[in-house]
Amino acid sequence: MLSKKNKEALFNPLSKDNPVLVQILGICSTLAVTVSLEPAIVMGIAVITVMAFSNVIISLIRNTIPTTIRIIVQLVVVAALVIMVQQFLVAYNYDVSKQLSVFIGLIITNCILMGRLEAFALNNKPWPSFLDGIGNGLGYSIILVIVAFFRELLGSGTIFGFQVIPQWCYDHGYENNGLMILPPMALITVACIIWVHRARNTELQEN
Amino acid sequence: MEELNLFVKSIFIDNMIFAYFLGMCSFLAVSKNVKTALGLGIAVTFMLTVTMPINYALDKYVLQEGALSWLSPSLASVDLSFLGLIMFIAVIASGTQLVEMAVEKFSPSLYASLGIFLPLIAVNCAILGGALFMQQKDFGSAVTATVYGFGSGIGWLLAIVGIAAIREKIAYSNIPAPLRGVGITFIITGLMGIAFMSFLGIKLG
Repeated sequence: MLSKKNKEALFNPLSKDNPVLVQILGICSTLAVTVSLEPAIVMGIAVITVMAFSNVIISLIRNTIPTTIRIIVQLVVVAALVIMVQQFLVAYNYDVSKQLSVFIGLIITNCILMGRLEAFALNNKPWPSFLDGIGNGLGYSIILVIVAFFRELLGSGTIFGFQVIPQWCYDHGYENNGLMILPPMALITVACIIWVHRARNTELQEN
Repeated sequence: MEELNLFVKSIFIDNMIFAYFLGMCSFLAVSKNVKTALGLGIAVTFMLTVTMPINYALDKYVLQEGALSWLSPSLASVDLSFLGLIMFIAVIASGTQLVEMAVEKFSPSLYASLGIFLPLIAVNCAILGGALFMQQKDFGSAVTATVYGFGSGIGWLLAIVGIAAIREKIAYSNIPAPLRGVGITFIITGLMGIAFMSFLGIKLG
Protein backbone atom coordinates (compact mmCIF):
# COMPACT_ATOMS: atom_id res chain seq x y z
CA MET A 1 0.00 0.00 0.00
CA LEU A 2 2.51 2.61 1.19
CA SER A 3 5.91 1.54 -0.04
CA LYS A 4 8.84 3.94 0.25
CA LYS A 5 8.30 5.29 -3.26
CA ASN A 6 4.59 5.86 -2.65
CA LYS A 7 5.34 7.67 0.57
CA GLU A 8 7.69 9.95 -1.30
CA ALA A 9 5.02 10.65 -3.91
CA LEU A 10 2.62 11.59 -1.13
CA PHE A 11 4.81 13.55 1.29
CA ASN A 12 7.57 15.18 -0.80
CA PRO A 13 5.22 17.76 -2.34
CA LEU A 14 4.30 19.03 1.12
CA SER A 15 7.58 20.86 1.63
CA LYS A 16 10.74 19.70 -0.16
CA ASP A 17 9.12 19.52 -3.58
CA ASN A 18 6.22 21.89 -2.98
CA PRO A 19 4.39 22.71 -6.23
CA VAL A 20 3.99 26.41 -5.39
CA LEU A 21 7.23 27.22 -3.55
CA VAL A 22 9.70 25.02 -5.40
CA GLN A 23 8.20 24.08 -8.76
CA ILE A 24 6.55 27.55 -9.08
CA LEU A 25 3.36 26.13 -10.59
CA GLY A 26 -0.24 27.20 -10.16
CA ILE A 27 0.57 30.68 -8.94
CA CYS A 28 -2.45 32.43 -10.47
CA SER A 29 -5.06 30.94 -8.20
CA THR A 30 -2.78 30.92 -5.15
CA LEU A 31 -2.76 34.68 -5.32
CA ALA A 32 -6.29 35.39 -6.42
CA VAL A 33 -8.41 33.32 -4.02
CA THR A 34 -6.56 34.05 -0.78
CA VAL A 35 -8.27 37.21 0.46
CA SER A 36 -9.92 35.14 3.20
CA LEU A 37 -9.71 31.59 4.50
CA GLU A 38 -13.02 30.07 3.45
CA PRO A 39 -12.68 30.40 -0.35
CA ALA A 40 -9.02 29.36 -0.02
CA ILE A 41 -9.98 26.08 1.67
CA VAL A 42 -12.79 25.37 -0.78
CA MET A 43 -10.39 26.03 -3.65
CA GLY A 44 -7.83 23.71 -2.04
CA ILE A 45 -10.35 20.88 -1.74
CA ALA A 46 -11.48 21.43 -5.34
CA VAL A 47 -7.90 21.22 -6.60
CA ILE A 48 -7.11 18.10 -4.54
CA THR A 49 -10.20 16.34 -5.92
CA VAL A 50 -9.55 17.27 -9.54
CA MET A 51 -5.86 16.40 -9.27
CA ALA A 52 -6.33 13.01 -7.66
CA PHE A 53 -8.98 11.85 -10.11
CA SER A 54 -7.44 13.28 -13.27
CA ASN A 55 -4.16 11.61 -12.30
CA VAL A 56 -5.94 8.26 -11.86
CA ILE A 57 -7.88 8.55 -15.13
CA ILE A 58 -4.86 9.56 -17.20
CA SER A 59 -2.79 6.85 -15.54
CA LEU A 60 -5.43 4.22 -16.40
CA ILE A 61 -5.50 5.15 -20.09
CA ARG A 62 -1.82 6.12 -20.35
CA ASN A 63 -0.96 3.22 -22.66
CA THR A 64 -3.75 3.93 -25.13
CA ILE A 65 -3.27 7.70 -25.60
CA PRO A 66 -1.32 8.53 -28.77
CA THR A 67 1.47 10.92 -27.73
CA THR A 68 0.64 13.45 -30.44
CA ILE A 69 -2.78 14.32 -29.05
CA ARG A 70 -2.10 13.74 -25.36
CA ILE A 71 -2.41 17.44 -24.40
CA ILE A 72 -5.95 17.62 -25.81
CA VAL A 73 -6.92 14.35 -24.09
CA GLN A 74 -5.56 15.64 -20.77
CA LEU A 75 -7.38 18.95 -21.17
CA VAL A 76 -10.68 17.20 -21.90
CA VAL A 77 -10.37 14.89 -18.87
CA VAL A 78 -9.48 17.80 -16.59
CA ALA A 79 -12.18 20.05 -18.03
CA ALA A 80 -14.85 17.39 -17.48
CA LEU A 81 -13.78 16.94 -13.84
CA VAL A 82 -13.68 20.70 -13.26
CA ILE A 83 -17.19 21.10 -14.67
CA MET A 84 -18.43 18.48 -12.18
CA VAL A 85 -16.75 20.27 -9.26
CA GLN A 86 -18.15 23.59 -10.45
CA GLN A 87 -21.73 22.29 -10.72
CA PHE A 88 -21.39 20.68 -7.29
CA LEU A 89 -20.23 23.96 -5.75
CA VAL A 90 -23.00 25.98 -7.39
CA ALA A 91 -25.52 23.50 -6.00
CA TYR A 92 -24.21 23.21 -2.43
CA ASN A 93 -22.19 26.33 -1.65
CA TYR A 94 -23.45 29.11 -3.88
CA ASP A 95 -21.88 32.02 -1.96
CA VAL A 96 -18.36 30.64 -2.14
CA SER A 97 -18.79 29.70 -5.79
CA LYS A 98 -19.72 33.35 -6.46
CA GLN A 99 -16.60 34.52 -4.58
CA LEU A 100 -14.33 32.18 -6.50
CA SER A 101 -16.01 33.27 -9.77
CA VAL A 102 -13.84 32.35 -12.74
CA PHE A 103 -11.07 30.79 -10.68
CA ILE A 104 -12.80 27.41 -10.37
CA GLY A 105 -12.90 27.29 -14.16
CA LEU A 106 -9.26 28.26 -14.27
CA ILE A 107 -8.29 25.05 -12.45
CA ILE A 108 -8.25 23.64 -16.01
CA THR A 109 -5.23 25.71 -16.90
CA ASN A 110 -3.65 25.37 -13.46
CA CYS A 111 -0.12 24.39 -14.38
CA ILE A 112 0.20 22.00 -11.43
CA LEU A 113 -2.35 19.73 -13.07
CA MET A 114 -0.73 19.62 -16.49
CA GLY A 115 2.68 19.41 -14.88
CA ARG A 116 1.83 16.37 -12.74
CA LEU A 117 -0.09 14.64 -15.55
CA GLU A 118 2.88 15.03 -17.88
CA ALA A 119 5.57 14.28 -15.32
CA PHE A 120 3.98 11.56 -13.22
CA ALA A 121 0.65 10.09 -14.32
CA LEU A 122 1.83 9.30 -17.86
CA ASN A 123 4.55 6.98 -16.54
CA ASN A 124 3.08 5.48 -13.37
CA LYS A 125 0.41 3.07 -12.18
CA PRO A 126 -2.95 4.41 -10.93
CA TRP A 127 -2.34 4.00 -7.17
CA PRO A 128 0.97 5.95 -6.99
CA SER A 129 -0.57 8.54 -9.35
CA PHE A 130 -3.52 8.93 -6.99
CA LEU A 131 -1.15 9.50 -4.04
CA ASP A 132 0.92 11.93 -6.10
CA GLY A 133 -2.24 13.88 -6.94
CA ILE A 134 -3.32 14.02 -3.31
CA GLY A 135 0.20 15.04 -2.20
CA ASN A 136 0.56 17.85 -4.70
CA GLY A 137 -2.97 19.06 -4.07
CA LEU A 138 -2.21 19.15 -0.34
CA GLY A 139 1.08 20.96 -0.87
CA TYR A 140 -0.79 23.56 -2.91
CA SER A 141 -3.58 23.88 -0.32
CA ILE A 142 -1.14 24.37 2.56
CA ILE A 143 0.36 27.43 0.88
CA LEU A 144 -3.12 28.69 0.04
CA VAL A 145 -4.17 28.42 3.68
CA ILE A 146 -1.01 30.09 5.04
CA VAL A 147 -1.32 33.04 2.64
CA ALA A 148 -5.06 33.39 3.29
CA PHE A 149 -4.50 33.23 7.07
CA PHE A 150 -2.12 36.20 7.08
CA ARG A 151 -4.10 38.20 4.57
CA GLU A 152 -7.39 37.75 6.43
CA LEU A 153 -5.83 38.35 9.85
CA LEU A 154 -3.94 41.50 8.93
CA GLY A 155 -6.35 42.75 6.29
CA SER A 156 -9.70 42.32 8.04
CA GLY A 157 -8.77 41.31 11.60
CA THR A 158 -10.85 38.13 11.26
CA ILE A 159 -10.33 34.38 10.88
CA PHE A 160 -13.07 32.44 9.08
CA GLY A 161 -15.11 35.62 9.42
CA PHE A 162 -14.87 35.73 13.24
CA GLN A 163 -13.36 38.83 14.81
CA VAL A 164 -10.08 37.81 16.50
CA ILE A 165 -8.42 41.18 17.05
CA PRO A 166 -10.18 42.54 20.14
CA GLN A 167 -12.04 45.82 20.13
CA TRP A 168 -9.69 47.51 22.63
CA CYS A 169 -6.87 47.29 20.08
CA TYR A 170 -8.97 49.35 17.69
CA ASP A 171 -9.84 51.73 20.52
CA HIS A 172 -6.14 52.31 21.09
CA GLY A 173 -5.49 53.15 17.50
CA TYR A 174 -4.88 49.79 15.76
CA GLU A 175 -6.03 49.79 12.14
CA ASN A 176 -6.64 46.94 9.70
CA ASN A 177 -4.06 47.04 6.96
CA GLY A 178 -6.21 47.64 3.89
CA LEU A 179 -3.28 46.96 1.60
CA MET A 180 -3.32 43.27 2.59
CA ILE A 181 -6.67 42.76 0.87
CA LEU A 182 -5.42 44.21 -2.40
CA PRO A 183 -3.89 41.92 -5.05
CA PRO A 184 -0.24 43.10 -4.87
CA MET A 185 0.20 42.08 -1.23
CA ALA A 186 -0.60 38.46 -2.12
CA LEU A 187 2.59 38.42 -4.18
CA ILE A 188 4.65 39.89 -1.38
CA THR A 189 3.19 37.42 1.15
CA VAL A 190 4.16 34.50 -1.09
CA ALA A 191 7.61 36.05 -1.53
CA CYS A 192 8.03 36.12 2.27
CA ILE A 193 6.98 32.45 2.52
CA ILE A 194 9.52 31.56 -0.20
CA TRP A 195 12.14 33.53 1.73
CA VAL A 196 11.53 31.61 4.96
CA HIS A 197 11.27 28.26 3.15
CA ARG A 198 14.53 28.72 1.25
CA ALA A 199 16.34 30.07 4.28
CA ARG A 200 15.54 26.75 6.00
CA ASN A 201 16.24 24.58 2.93
CA THR A 202 19.49 26.07 1.67
CA GLU A 203 19.84 23.51 -1.15
CA LEU A 204 16.92 25.19 -2.94
CA GLN A 205 18.60 28.58 -3.21
CA GLU A 206 19.47 29.93 -6.66
CA ASN A 207 22.76 31.54 -7.56
CA MET B 1 -15.61 55.98 -27.46
CA GLU B 2 -16.89 53.22 -25.25
CA GLU B 3 -14.51 50.81 -26.97
CA LEU B 4 -11.55 53.12 -26.40
CA ASN B 5 -12.47 53.38 -22.75
CA LEU B 6 -12.70 49.61 -22.42
CA PHE B 7 -9.36 49.27 -24.22
CA VAL B 8 -7.53 51.59 -21.81
CA LYS B 9 -9.30 50.02 -18.84
CA SER B 10 -8.34 46.48 -19.81
CA ILE B 11 -4.69 47.50 -20.23
CA PHE B 12 -4.15 49.47 -17.05
CA ILE B 13 -6.89 48.88 -14.51
CA ASP B 14 -8.04 45.31 -15.18
CA ASN B 15 -4.50 44.26 -16.03
CA MET B 16 -4.36 40.47 -16.39
CA ILE B 17 -1.18 40.17 -14.32
CA PHE B 18 -1.49 42.84 -11.67
CA ALA B 19 -5.20 42.68 -10.97
CA TYR B 20 -6.04 39.02 -11.64
CA PHE B 21 -2.68 37.18 -11.67
CA LEU B 22 -3.57 35.33 -14.87
CA GLY B 23 -0.75 33.76 -16.86
CA MET B 24 1.55 33.99 -13.87
CA CYS B 25 3.42 30.75 -14.58
CA SER B 26 4.81 31.75 -17.95
CA PHE B 27 5.16 35.31 -16.66
CA LEU B 28 7.64 34.08 -14.05
CA ALA B 29 9.33 31.44 -16.18
CA VAL B 30 9.92 33.40 -19.39
CA SER B 31 10.81 36.86 -18.06
CA LYS B 32 14.57 36.43 -17.84
CA ASN B 33 15.30 38.58 -20.90
CA VAL B 34 13.37 41.19 -22.83
CA LYS B 35 13.55 39.59 -26.27
CA THR B 36 11.85 36.28 -25.45
CA ALA B 37 9.42 38.11 -23.17
CA LEU B 38 8.39 40.31 -26.09
CA GLY B 39 7.90 37.25 -28.32
CA LEU B 40 5.70 35.50 -25.80
CA GLY B 41 3.77 38.72 -25.14
CA ILE B 42 3.00 39.10 -28.84
CA ALA B 43 1.90 35.45 -29.09
CA VAL B 44 -0.46 35.84 -26.12
CA THR B 45 -1.90 39.12 -27.44
CA PHE B 46 -2.50 37.49 -30.81
CA MET B 47 -4.23 34.43 -29.32
CA LEU B 48 -6.42 36.56 -27.05
CA THR B 49 -7.49 38.75 -29.97
CA VAL B 50 -8.24 35.77 -32.22
CA THR B 51 -10.03 33.48 -29.76
CA MET B 52 -12.14 36.18 -28.13
CA PRO B 53 -14.63 36.75 -31.01
CA ILE B 54 -14.86 32.98 -31.64
CA ASN B 55 -15.65 32.28 -28.01
CA TYR B 56 -18.04 35.22 -27.98
CA ALA B 57 -20.00 33.83 -30.92
CA LEU B 58 -19.96 30.37 -29.35
CA ASP B 59 -21.31 31.77 -26.09
CA LYS B 60 -23.98 33.93 -27.75
CA TYR B 61 -25.27 31.48 -30.35
CA VAL B 62 -24.73 28.03 -28.82
CA LEU B 63 -24.14 27.98 -25.09
CA GLN B 64 -26.31 30.58 -23.36
CA GLU B 65 -29.81 29.82 -22.22
CA GLY B 66 -32.09 30.15 -25.23
CA ALA B 67 -29.14 30.83 -27.51
CA LEU B 68 -30.10 27.98 -29.83
CA SER B 69 -33.48 29.51 -30.67
CA TRP B 70 -32.12 30.72 -34.03
CA LEU B 71 -32.05 27.06 -35.10
CA SER B 72 -35.63 26.29 -34.24
CA PRO B 73 -38.03 27.81 -31.70
CA SER B 74 -38.38 24.47 -29.91
CA LEU B 75 -34.76 24.73 -28.74
CA ALA B 76 -35.34 28.02 -26.90
CA SER B 77 -35.37 26.35 -23.49
CA VAL B 78 -32.02 24.58 -23.93
CA ASP B 79 -29.28 25.85 -21.60
CA LEU B 80 -25.82 24.55 -22.41
CA SER B 81 -23.86 27.06 -20.35
CA PHE B 82 -22.32 24.34 -18.16
CA LEU B 83 -20.42 23.17 -21.23
CA GLY B 84 -18.73 26.57 -21.49
CA LEU B 85 -15.40 25.54 -20.00
CA ILE B 86 -14.87 22.54 -22.22
CA MET B 87 -15.87 24.44 -25.39
CA PHE B 88 -13.60 27.40 -24.61
CA ILE B 89 -10.59 25.24 -23.87
CA ALA B 90 -11.22 23.24 -27.07
CA VAL B 91 -11.34 26.46 -29.12
CA ILE B 92 -8.16 27.71 -27.49
CA ALA B 93 -6.25 24.45 -27.84
CA SER B 94 -7.21 23.92 -31.48
CA GLY B 95 -6.67 27.63 -32.21
CA THR B 96 -3.14 27.37 -30.86
CA GLN B 97 -2.53 24.31 -33.01
CA LEU B 98 -3.81 26.09 -36.14
CA VAL B 99 -1.82 29.25 -35.47
CA GLU B 100 1.27 27.17 -34.90
CA MET B 101 0.86 25.41 -38.26
CA ALA B 102 0.10 28.69 -40.08
CA VAL B 103 3.10 30.49 -38.59
CA GLU B 104 5.37 27.56 -39.38
CA LYS B 105 4.23 27.58 -43.01
CA PHE B 106 4.19 31.30 -43.73
CA SER B 107 6.88 32.75 -41.49
CA PRO B 108 9.54 30.25 -40.46
CA SER B 109 11.68 33.01 -38.90
CA LEU B 110 8.91 34.10 -36.51
CA TYR B 111 8.22 30.43 -35.78
CA ALA B 112 11.84 29.86 -34.86
CA SER B 113 11.96 32.87 -32.58
CA LEU B 114 8.76 31.93 -30.72
CA GLY B 115 9.85 28.31 -30.47
CA ILE B 116 8.22 26.36 -27.67
CA PHE B 117 6.09 29.26 -26.39
CA LEU B 118 3.53 28.86 -29.13
CA PRO B 119 2.17 25.46 -28.02
CA LEU B 120 2.51 26.45 -24.38
CA ILE B 121 0.03 29.32 -24.59
CA ALA B 122 -2.79 26.78 -24.92
CA VAL B 123 -2.50 26.29 -21.17
CA ASN B 124 -1.85 29.95 -20.39
CA CYS B 125 -4.57 30.94 -17.95
CA ALA B 126 -4.70 34.49 -19.32
CA ILE B 127 -6.42 33.25 -22.47
CA LEU B 128 -9.01 31.01 -20.81
CA GLY B 129 -9.41 33.69 -18.13
CA GLY B 130 -10.10 36.27 -20.84
CA ALA B 131 -12.85 34.07 -22.27
CA LEU B 132 -14.42 33.54 -18.82
CA PHE B 133 -14.33 37.26 -17.98
CA MET B 134 -15.86 37.99 -21.38
CA GLN B 135 -18.72 35.65 -20.48
CA GLN B 136 -19.11 37.35 -17.10
CA LYS B 137 -19.00 40.92 -18.42
CA ASP B 138 -21.67 40.13 -21.01
CA PHE B 139 -20.44 42.39 -23.83
CA GLY B 140 -22.91 43.85 -26.32
CA SER B 141 -21.13 42.96 -29.55
CA ALA B 142 -18.29 40.85 -30.93
CA VAL B 143 -16.31 44.06 -31.63
CA THR B 144 -16.37 45.07 -27.98
CA ALA B 145 -15.26 41.57 -26.98
CA THR B 146 -12.38 41.67 -29.46
CA VAL B 147 -11.29 45.08 -28.18
CA TYR B 148 -11.32 43.65 -24.66
CA GLY B 149 -9.21 40.67 -25.76
CA PHE B 150 -6.70 42.88 -27.56
CA GLY B 151 -6.45 45.28 -24.62
CA SER B 152 -5.91 42.48 -22.11
CA GLY B 153 -3.21 41.04 -24.34
CA ILE B 154 -1.41 44.39 -24.57
CA GLY B 155 -1.64 44.74 -20.79
CA TRP B 156 -0.05 41.30 -20.37
CA LEU B 157 2.66 42.20 -22.90
CA LEU B 158 3.46 45.45 -21.05
CA ALA B 159 3.71 43.63 -17.74
CA ILE B 160 6.02 40.84 -18.96
CA VAL B 161 8.31 43.20 -20.90
CA GLY B 162 8.49 45.50 -17.87
CA ILE B 163 9.43 42.73 -15.46
CA ALA B 164 11.95 41.27 -17.93
CA ALA B 165 13.65 44.66 -18.24
CA ILE B 166 13.87 45.00 -14.45
CA ARG B 167 15.18 41.45 -14.05
CA GLU B 168 17.90 42.15 -16.61
CA LYS B 169 18.94 45.21 -14.60
CA ILE B 170 19.04 43.47 -11.23
CA ALA B 171 20.95 40.41 -12.48
CA TYR B 172 24.09 41.54 -10.67
CA SER B 173 22.50 43.05 -7.56
CA ASN B 174 23.37 41.69 -4.15
CA ILE B 175 20.07 40.07 -3.11
CA PRO B 176 19.79 37.91 0.06
CA ALA B 177 20.44 34.33 -1.06
CA PRO B 178 17.01 32.83 -0.20
CA LEU B 179 15.24 35.56 -2.18
CA ARG B 180 17.29 35.18 -5.36
CA GLY B 181 15.41 34.26 -8.50
CA VAL B 182 11.73 33.69 -7.82
CA GLY B 183 11.42 35.50 -4.48
CA ILE B 184 12.64 38.86 -5.67
CA THR B 185 10.57 38.55 -8.86
CA PHE B 186 7.45 38.15 -6.74
CA ILE B 187 8.30 41.24 -4.72
CA ILE B 188 9.00 43.34 -7.83
CA THR B 189 5.73 42.18 -9.39
CA GLY B 190 3.92 43.20 -6.21
CA LEU B 191 5.52 46.65 -6.25
CA MET B 192 4.67 47.06 -9.95
CA GLY B 193 1.11 46.05 -9.07
CA ILE B 194 0.94 48.76 -6.42
CA ALA B 195 2.25 51.27 -8.98
CA PHE B 196 -0.37 50.15 -11.51
CA MET B 197 -3.09 50.71 -8.92
CA SER B 198 -2.52 54.44 -9.33
CA PHE B 199 -4.27 54.13 -12.71
CA LEU B 200 -7.47 53.22 -10.87
CA GLY B 201 -10.31 55.49 -11.87
CA ILE B 202 -8.93 56.56 -15.25
CA LYS B 203 -11.79 57.29 -17.61
CA LEU B 204 -11.66 58.66 -21.15
CA GLY B 205 -14.35 60.90 -22.54
